[in-house]
Amino acid sequence: MSQHKPVIAKGVDWTMIWLYIAICLIGLVCIISVEYKGTENFVQGLFAFKKNYSKQFFYLGFSAIIAIFILLTDSKFFTATANILYIFGIFLMMLTFVVGKNVNGSHSWIPLGFMNLQPVETCKIFTSLALAKYLSMPDTDFSKTRSQAIAAGICFLPIVFSLLQNETGLALVYFAFLLPMYREGLPAGYLILGASLAVLLVLTLLIPTTHLLIAISKVAVLCIFFMKRKIKRSKNLLVIILSLWGISALFVGVAVPFMFKNVFQKYQADRIFSMVGRDNPYVENNTSQLDTTATAKKKKGDGENYNVKQSKIAIGSGGFAGKGFMKGTQTQGDFVPEQHTDFIFTSLGESFGFIGTTILMLLYLAMLLRMVVLAERQRSTFSRVYAYSVAGILFFHVAVNICMTIGLAPVIGITLPLMSYGGSSLLTFTILIFILIKLDADRQMVLR
Amino acid sequence: MPVFNQSRKNVIRLIFIVMFLIIIVRLFSLQVLSSKYKIMADDQGIFRKVVYPDRGLVFDRNKKPILQNTIIYDLMLTPNKLKGIDTTGVCNILGITTDQFNKKVVELIIKNGRARPGIFEPLLNEDKMAMLNESMYRFAPAFYLQERSVRSYPYDAAANVLGYLGEVDTNFLKKYPNDGYVPGDYAGMTGIERTYEKVLMGERGIEYWKRDNKNRLTEKWENGDFDTTAVAGQNLYTSIDIELQQLGEKLMQNKLGAVVALDPKTGGILAMVSAPTYQPSYLTGNQRRKHFSELFLNPALPLLNRTVSAEYPPGSTFKTLQALIGLHEGVIDTRFTVSCSGAFYGCGTGRPMKCLDYGTFDMQHAITLSDNTYFATVMQKVINNPKYPNIDSSLTVWNNYMYAFGLGKKLGVDVPAEKRGMIPTPEYYNKAFGKGKWNYCSFRSVSIGQGEVTTTPLQVANEMAYIANKGWFITPHVVDSIAGGDKFGILEQYRNRHEAMNIPDSIFEVVHNGMQGVIDRGTGAGARVKDIAICGKTGTVENYYRGVKQPNHSFFCAFAPRENPKIAIMCVVENSGRFGGTYAAPIVGLMIEKYLKDSIVDKGRLAQIDRMANLNLIPPRIYAEMRTQDSLRHSKDSAYLLSKGYIKIIKDTVGIEDDEVKKEDMKDVKKEKDDKKNLPNDTIVKVNAILPTEKRKPAVADTSNKTN
Repeated sequence: MSQHKPVIAKGVDWTMIWLYIAICLIGLVCIISVEYKGTENFVQGLFAFKKNYSKQFFYLGFSAIIAIFILLTDSKFFTATANILYIFGIFLMMLTFVVGKNVNGSHSWIPLGFMNLQPVETCKIFTSLALAKYLSMPDTDFSKTRSQAIAAGICFLPIVFSLLQNETGLALVYFAFLLPMYREGLPAGYLILGASLAVLLVLTLLIPTTHLLIAISKVAVLCIFFMKRKIKRSKNLLVIILSLWGISALFVGVAVPFMFKNVFQKYQADRIFSMVGRDNPYVENNTSQLDTTATAKKKKGDGENYNVKQSKIAIGSGGFAGKGFMKGTQTQGDFVPEQHTDFIFTSLGESFGFIGTTILMLLYLAMLLRMVVLAERQRSTFSRVYAYSVAGILFFHVAVNICMTIGLAPVIGITLPLMSYGGSSLLTFTILIFILIKLDADRQMVLR
Repeated sequence: MPVFNQSRKNVIRLIFIVMFLIIIVRLFSLQVLSSKYKIMADDQGIFRKVVYPDRGLVFDRNKKPILQNTIIYDLMLTPNKLKGIDTTGVCNILGITTDQFNKKVVELIIKNGRARPGIFEPLLNEDKMAMLNESMYRFAPAFYLQERSVRSYPYDAAANVLGYLGEVDTNFLKKYPNDGYVPGDYAGMTGIERTYEKVLMGERGIEYWKRDNKNRLTEKWENGDFDTTAVAGQNLYTSIDIELQQLGEKLMQNKLGAVVALDPKTGGILAMVSAPTYQPSYLTGNQRRKHFSELFLNPALPLLNRTVSAEYPPGSTFKTLQALIGLHEGVIDTRFTVSCSGAFYGCGTGRPMKCLDYGTFDMQHAITLSDNTYFATVMQKVINNPKYPNIDSSLTVWNNYMYAFGLGKKLGVDVPAEKRGMIPTPEYYNKAFGKGKWNYCSFRSVSIGQGEVTTTPLQVANEMAYIANKGWFITPHVVDSIAGGDKFGILEQYRNRHEAMNIPDSIFEVVHNGMQGVIDRGTGAGARVKDIAICGKTGTVENYYRGVKQPNHSFFCAFAPRENPKIAIMCVVENSGRFGGTYAAPIVGLMIEKYLKDSIVDKGRLAQIDRMANLNLIPPRIYAEMRTQDSLRHSKDSAYLLSKGYIKIIKDTVGIEDDEVKKEDMKDVKKEKDDKKNLPNDTIVKVNAILPTEKRKPAVADTSNKTN
C-alpha cells in the first residue's frame, strides 16, 4: 500500500528526527565555540577538513547519508541479519588486537583512512539487534533463568573484549542492556542488585575500606534495632539482613581488593583511583619508585581530578545565561582537557549557561521519553526490545557523561551522544537512532 | 508476557526523569547559586594587565627639571625557546658563569613557567645594554629587551626632598588596600615622591587579556571594550632652587646637620639640605637593594631627612621669640634692661646661669650679644606674670605663643616623616615633678632654648619667616603647583596665612634691630654679605649623648633682606664644637648671597665656599661606629647581610610612619651580629643615638646653662 509513495519520508517519526538534528547542531556549535578563534575565514575553515569542527561537519554529512540509506533499507534486513552482524561485530573487536591503532593509550581503534573506527562503539548496534533478535524468537521464554543467562551472555560478551582493550568506560555501557531486559521481565531484583553493587563499588573507591565496613555494619545494626518487632514475627528478615550485610562486607572487604590486587594491572588500578581523585590504596609501598610516584600524585591532585576541576570551573562560570557564543575564557583558553570530545558539555555550559544546559537536558529527556513512546507502540517484540536498548544506551551515555563533567561520577571516557567530536561515536548513535526510526516507520507492516 | 510488563515503562520513565532532574538541580547549584567558579574562571582565564603610565616630572622654581624619567631595559627570557641559542654569549656579556645562568633559568621557570617570558636580568646598565643590543639577533627569539621607565635626576641633588621609589611590601599593601597596588609595583617611599604619590603615579591603565592553559596571553578579552587607558602622572612645580640646593649640599659636605631655606612670602621651600646625603641616582638601578642597605646601616644616617625628622634644642635662636612674647605680654618694654653681673641669680645663688658678657643690656643688645640673663629674666616675668592666676595658666599662655610661631606641633610640610619637636607644657611638668612642685626655676633653661624644648630645623626656618613677615607665615611646602590642577586638594593648606597673635610691627622692629646687630656687630658676623641687610641669630647648643657631653651644635638662623625679606634660612651643624657663629653663620651667609645675588663671583667668597666644603666636622664618634660596623660586617659588602637573611628585617624602604619600628629592627640585627662575634656589649652603638632627641630629665636641665 505504500510502495507508490516516497519511501523515505513515509511514516517516519519527525519528532525524533528534529530532536536528533537539534542536538547534532548544538554539538557542532559547541565544537566551533571551543576551536574557532575568530582569526581564520570561517567558511573556508569549515570546508578545509583540517580543524575538528570542519571534520565534525563532514561527519554530520556522512551520517545524514547513512541515515538516508537506513531509511531506504527494508526493515526486515535488520531482523534477518542481526545475528550475523553480531558475530561480525565480535570479529571486529578481535581484529583490533591485530590491527589496532593506539589512540590515547587504548588499543581499540581500527584505522579506516578517513576516520578511525572503534568497534566497541559500533558493537553496541549489533548487540542491540542481537538481543532484540534473541528475545523476539518465538521459543524464547524470558521468564526462565536459562534465557536470561543467554541474553546476559549476548550483552556481556563485548564487555570482556572491552576490558581487554583497556576501555573500562565503554565496557560499562553494556550494562545499559539491563534496561530492555528489565522491560521484558527480568526480575527487578537484578536491577536493584546491580545498582546496589554499582553504588557499593563507587563507595569502595571513594571511602577507605575499613571506614566503609564500619559504616555498613552500623547500618545493619540500626536495621536490626528498628525492625526488632518485625524480626520477632519472622526470623527470615533477620537472615535476609544478615546475609545482605555479609554480602556487602565480602564485596567491599574481599572482592574489590582482590580485583584491584590480582585482576587489574597496577596502572589500571591507578587509573581507576585517579578518576575519583584518590591514590591507589592497594599498592604495596615497598619500592622507592612507587613511593615517589605516590608522593608526586599527592602533590598533583588535591583530592580532585584536574579534568573535573577545570570542567566544573568552566561550567560553573557560565552562570545563568552564559558568557555568549565563543566568549568562554575557559574553553577558548584550552583549560579543560578533551573539551571537544568527552568534555564538550563544558563548552555549552560556559557559553550558554544554565539556560543552555537545561535546554539540552530537556532535549535529551524528550528524546528518551519519545523512545519509550515509540517502543511501546511497536507490535513486534524485536522492535520494542531494540527501542529500549537504544534508549538504555543513550540514557547511560548522557547521564554518565554529564555527571562526570559536573563531578557526580568518576571520569570514564564515554562520549556525549551526538554532541562529542568524533566520527565513530556520532555514526554509532546515528545508526542506532535511525534503525529505530525505520523500524517504527514500518511498525504496521512487520508483524512478528 | 510483554503486556504483563507494560507498567514497567512507567518505572523506566521515572528513572529517566529523576536522573535528569538530579542533573538539572546540580547544574543549577553549580551555575546559578555558586559564584565560586566564576571567580576561579576569571582568575585563570582572564589576565588583568596593568599598563603603567609615566610618572610625573618635578621641576624647580626656574622650571628646570630636577626629577625625570629615563628608559632602562630589562632582559627578558622565554625559557621554552632557549634551544639552539648561544647562551655562552649571553653569559659572557652579563658576566656570569654557565652554572649561574642555568640556575637563573630554573628559577625563572619555577616563577613563570616555560612558555611565558620573564625578567632574566632587570635594569641593565648602559655598558651591558649596548653590548647586548649589538648582538641581540644571536639571542632572539628566546631573549629580548623590554623597556622600562625609571627615575633619573639631572642634578643628582635633593635626594631627601625628592625621595625614592621602592617596591611595595606587604605592610604597604595592607595599609593602602584600595589604591590598586599589587606586589611588584613601585611606589614613592619618602620625600615628595611619597606625599604626591597619587598625583605623580597617574592613572594606571588596565588591559584584560585572555589567557590559555599555558599562561600565555592570547588576545584581548571582549576586544578590549573593558580596557582603560593609562594617564600619565601630573608634573609638579616646586619652589626648590636647585642651584641653591646644590650649593647647600656642597657646603654641608663632611658634616652632619641641615640647612633649610624658605621664601617667607610664600612659604615655599628654596633649599632643604640634610647632611650627610646621598646621590638620588644611587637608589635606582639593579644595585638598589645593596645600596639601600649600605645607606641604611651607615651610622651617620644619610637616609634620615634631618630637616624635618631631627629635633634639636633651638639654643639661643629661641631668644628672639622670648623677646616677642615679653614685649607683647607687656611684662617688659623696649627700655627694660637687665644687668649681668656674671650670672642669672633669679633662682637663688645655688647654681646660677652664667653669662659671658658683663654689663647692662637692653633688648636690642641682649639679642645682639645673646645675653642669657636678660632672656631668663624676661621669661621669668612672663611666667610669673600676676595677670594669670597660677603658673599653669601662664605657661599655657607661653605655649600658645609657641604654637602660634609654629613650634611644638607638626607644621604640615609636604615632606613626610615630620617630627613635632617639643614645647614643654604644664601637663609635662606636672608629670615630671608632681603637681604644684615646680616653678619657673625648674625649667629656666628653656628660656634660652635649652632643656626640654626641641625644634626641627624646618620649624626654626619657619620661625624666621614669621619674624621676617612681622607676624605671619604660610606653612612651608616644596610643591608650588601641580600641572593640570590640584585634583586631590593637597595644596590647599599651603595657601593660607597663619597670623595668630597680632603682634604689632613696632615690636618686630625692635627684634629686627637686635637681629641685624647680630650680623653687624654681634655673634653672627660670619654671615655678613656685602650690601645686604641680614637679620640673624646664632645658637650654640649644648647636647648630651647617653649622658656624656658632646661638642656643641652650631646653629644659625636668619632672614634677608631686612626690608621686603626674600629668604628665611637656618643652618645647623651637629657637634661642630665652638659657637653658632663659627660654622653655621658663614654657610648661611653664602646661601643668602647665592640666592639674592643669583651667583657668587667674588674670589674670596668662592674660596670660602671651598673652605667650608672641605671642612670636616663629622664627630669622631661616627667614624668609630663605622669602624665597628665594618669589622662586624666582614667587608663593606652588604651582600653578607643579604645572604644571612638580615635584609628581610631591614626591608627595602624606610617607611614613613613606622620609622621607629625599623630602627628597632636594626638594633636586633646589630645584636645578632654582635652575638656572633662575641664582642663585648659596650661596643654596640645605637644607630639613632647621635641625634639629640633624648629627652633630658628635668633634674639635669640645670647643667645646660652656658650658651652663647
